[in-house]
Amino acid sequence: MIIVIENLAALVPPLTAAVPSRSTTDMPLPDRPIVALGEQRRGFGGVVAGLRFESTPKAGGVSNAELERRLLEMGFVEGARVEILHEGLIGRDPIAVRLDDMRVAMRRREACCVLIRPGARP
Amino acid sequence: MTVSLVARAPAHVDTKAPLRVALVGNPNSGKTAMFNALTGARQKVANYAGVTVERKEGRLIAPDGAPVVVVDLPGTYSLRARSPDEVVTRDAVLGRLEGEVPPDAVICVADATNLRLVLRLALELRSVGRPVVLALNMIDIAERQGLAIDQAALSAALGMPVVATVATRRRGMEALVAAARAAAASSGGAGDRWTEPSASDLRDLHHGAERILKATVRPPKRPDTWSGRLDGVLLHPVAGLVILLALLFVMFQAVFIGAKPIMDLISGGFAALSAGVAHVLPPGILRSLICDGIIAGVGSVVVFLPQITILFLFIILLEDAGYMARAAFLMDKLMGGAGLHGRAFIPLLSSFACAIPAIMATRVIDQKRDRFTTIMVAPLMTCSARIPVYTLIISAFVPQRTLLGVISLQGLVFFGLYAAGIVSALLVAVVMRKVFWRGASEPFLMELPAYKMPDAVNVARGVIQRGQIFLRRAGTIILSMMVLVWFLSTVPGPPLGATRAAIDYSFAGMIGHAIEPVMAPVGFSWQMAVALIPGMAAREVAVGALATVYAVSGESAANLGANLAHHWSLASALAFLAWYVFAPQCASTLGVVKRETNSWRWPIILFAYMAALAYGSAFIVYQTAVALGAG
Repeated sequence: MIIVIENLAALVPPLTAAVPSRSTTDMPLPDRPIVALGEQRRGFGGVVAGLRFESTPKAGGVSNAELERRLLEMGFVEGARVEILHEGLIGRDPIAVRLDDMRVAMRRREACCVLIRPGARP
Repeated sequence: MTVSLVARAPAHVDTKAPLRVALVGNPNSGKTAMFNALTGARQKVANYAGVTVERKEGRLIAPDGAPVVVVDLPGTYSLRARSPDEVVTRDAVLGRLEGEVPPDAVICVADATNLRLVLRLALELRSVGRPVVLALNMIDIAERQGLAIDQAALSAALGMPVVATVATRRRGMEALVAAARAAAASSGGAGDRWTEPSASDLRDLHHGAERILKATVRPPKRPDTWSGRLDGVLLHPVAGLVILLALLFVMFQAVFIGAKPIMDLISGGFAALSAGVAHVLPPGILRSLICDGIIAGVGSVVVFLPQITILFLFIILLEDAGYMARAAFLMDKLMGGAGLHGRAFIPLLSSFACAIPAIMATRVIDQKRDRFTTIMVAPLMTCSARIPVYTLIISAFVPQRTLLGVISLQGLVFFGLYAAGIVSALLVAVVMRKVFWRGASEPFLMELPAYKMPDAVNVARGVIQRGQIFLRRAGTIILSMMVLVWFLSTVPGPPLGATRAAIDYSFAGMIGHAIEPVMAPVGFSWQMAVALIPGMAAREVAVGALATVYAVSGESAANLGANLAHHWSLASALAFLAWYVFAPQCASTLGVVKRETNSWRWPIILFAYMAALAYGSAFIVYQTAVALGAG
């Protein structure tokens, strides 16, 4: 039920390396590093690669399985195109993202569960 | 009434029973506009039994004269219910809702410009086994954007009839009703195959919906760029906040100043009515009940109707325009610090006018926990009814001095009282979350809908419905509370040759004397304790009650203030102010909380914690002031 992709989590680079440089956008999609949406800045774009959850949920209100289904219901499904449009004033939180052809507001805490392969959809 | 009685028989047995159609759709799909277009003014708004979810039912007559009952179900992304509203939607569709007749057909309302998520919902609805019709609403906007939908292919792919509609212009309504009736009539009944979807089911359904979308819909040639451009300004970290504050400023100016003339008219009308009745009836208990109890009681609640109407006009306009989700986005971080939802911002601000519309406005918050927390802290915001009490005490006890040459000491105390209300509201929200919800906070995940021009008819209908709900409440629970308060303050009447104020002989007087020992540690005299009882009717009534117990004639504030300054110590006055920051006594608020939470548990908790805070803070203030020599 709960998709805890541990090996994918290991692939996620630290925050500083998360912003894609020019060179990574030119790389073929499968080779680009996977990053967490919640750690990205305004203007970042990519394709949903998967959902990842900590073993102990940070969002105390709901279980990982519940959060996963909520994200899926909102459209954060593998292959969906994502772009960060706006950031809040305090701590750049929450964020407003374009998700395929709709717009979604979310806190960074939840956005950290969404793994993104940077760059455009092929 | 007869409609609902007839409808309780299973529809397929009695052919004369009206067809029942349920509206299901994503939030912001124009479902309410669709409901209004289908049923017009023939609507009934109530609550579902046992829950606080609004139940909207309406009737329409098909061209051949057959009646159709339409039920508007709360918006949802999936039948997998996450909130009390969505539980109602799920159970109603599945036919599991107690006391509700299962629908004969379901109309899935889709925003034609935003189909992805609703197609998945339609696929899920199909598995329930009830006849489903997809309404492609806002097709005019889709056409304007150059978005092409192959309706025949979409219908074939989904396995359900598809009808294009424009609810705000009532386009396609007859075709939609005809399609729903045909679907209900021809239903062989595939049987209920619905089970709560797992994550992998959701992925499969989503991919299925994507395939259908790709095969049947050509993306818009001229996509909506306005929403993006507006968001560039309205969601800007600085400009967005400035615009939000400006909007709120205009809103509260309208609520306070715009409503004033009508409020004066209403209170004048009630005063005239009371005088008229007093002229006809002989003095006595009946006249007192009608004039001081019923007319004054109802008047003191109905007088808030203009404020409530204006407030809801703004709230519904902002909601329908798509701005409310943006306001929640801008405010989420601030509110989130106290564990509140971004959407709690507007209700809490409304609470500065009056907690009653604020508590009613919490319906914009989807999650029960967030909504109840907001309801419980809203009365801590300094409502306008506290202002007369603050003004009276401050002008009587705080010297008119300026600090540092510019800051008025009285103004500073006033500000401090407001700030104390706000800070305590945020603290209580944090504590409530820890105590009742065990630290849980709901994820903040919200669609930002495309901006739309609000439809005048739908806005008007929404405002009128809010007003009706308020008046119905004023007419029932609030009125009975008012009469109770009147009874306590009037009965028994003073004996012949009474020397003290009439209220002193009443039950309120007795209660005041009885609780005097309890109130002594906070510095309240028995007169102050007595004044708290009629203050249950409305907080500002305490001013009049103080005038009564001190037998001040003329009711002039300056007069009363001088009198209080003579009778009270500074420590007592400060303790009284501290009490009024929390002041649990407002019967109307407790009544509305009972209505909105559908249980006596929450108003009791509200009263208990506010009374405890009021007592505790008054105690600390009084004892500190006495220790500092202000006793």
